Amino acid sequence: MKFLRILVLLTFSLNSIAAVEYKKFDDAEKEKVYNVLINELRCLVCQNQTIADSNAELAQDLRRQVYEMLLQGKTKDEIAEFMTQRYGDFVLYNPPFKVKTGLLWLGPIVFLLIGLVVLVLFTRRKGVVEKTNISEDERVKSEEKKAKVRGLLNKGDEL
Amino acid sequence: MLKYLTPLALFIVMAVFLALGLKLNPRDIPSPLINLPAPNFALPVLSNASQTLKNDEFLGEVWLLNVWASWCVSCRAEHPVFNQLARKKLVTIVGLNYKDEPIAAKQWLSQLGNPYNVSVMDLEGRTGIDYGVYGVPETFVIDKKGIIRYKHTGPVTMQDVQEILLPLITKLKAEV
Repeated sequence: MKFLRILVLLTFSLNSIAAVEYKKFDDAEKEKVYNVLINELRCLVCQNQTIADSNAELAQDLRRQVYEMLLQGKTKDEIAEFMTQRYGDFVLYNPPFKVKTGLLWLGPIVFLLIGLVVLVLFTRRKGVVEKTNISEDERVKSEEKKAKVRGLLNKGDEL
Repeated sequence: MLKYLTPLALFIVMAVFLALGLKLNPRDIPSPLINLPAPNFALPVLSNASQTLKNDEFLGEVWLLNVWASWCVSCRAEHPVFNQLARKKLVTIVGLNYKDEPIAAKQWLSQLGNPYNVSVMDLEGRTGIDYGVYGVPETFVIDKKGIIRYKHTGPVTMQDVQEILLPLITKLKAEV
């Protein structure tokens, strides 16, 4: 009973109805751009969220800014430009490829290449080691040992 | 020998990167506005809302724009620092009262002291967006030509004033 009461209280708590405000669009195309943009702009207060995810005051203000600029007929690129002029490339979750962001874009490829080179060197060296280290003498010896073991196992069965 | 040195070298490289990562402040996002003209504003003055103040009225002098609000906890921490800086009368300090209740803001100033030559109200945070404000308090140093020369994010400490702000202000004042 207590559980049920808590459940009901949680369902109607203020947090559960604190949804992102509704923005009215006459133009479906603009609404689409709006939804793309708010999911590509970073909320700078809560750095790992987009302004669509966050309900921080700044995120609300930036959503309002995006909305108003769309109504004024600004394009997606113009709005992204407006934001980067003020907050830098960091505001974009999908930053453009520049000298400054080069490491960000090329870093993973560089690491992948390093990994491949290490892998190739490693497997090659191992192959060489196996081929050279076993002499004919040792091979014969190991064959003899194997035969001995087989013999012992067979004997064990007979007992 | 190489067998033992390679892991050591890798470890040192990793340690250096991790040490750098520890020292960096993720909140400190470089402002793209440095060395660009301060964005224009025309905002009502806090002490007299019928009066409008524009940024270009400060052309010809070095000034600080300090973004503050009565709801901002860190602003309270840096407030004594600005009070002390104001007493030196070295530089014009303009307050940008960001998304605040005018009554609460006025009360805040009368309780804690008013280091600002003038404070303007950015009720909707629009000027804040123009200045790329994302974490109050923020402080901009603007030169005689109206160019932003430095931005400090977060509370200014006495050490920041002594080591960064005052030398910069002296330097900018000497510029023509």
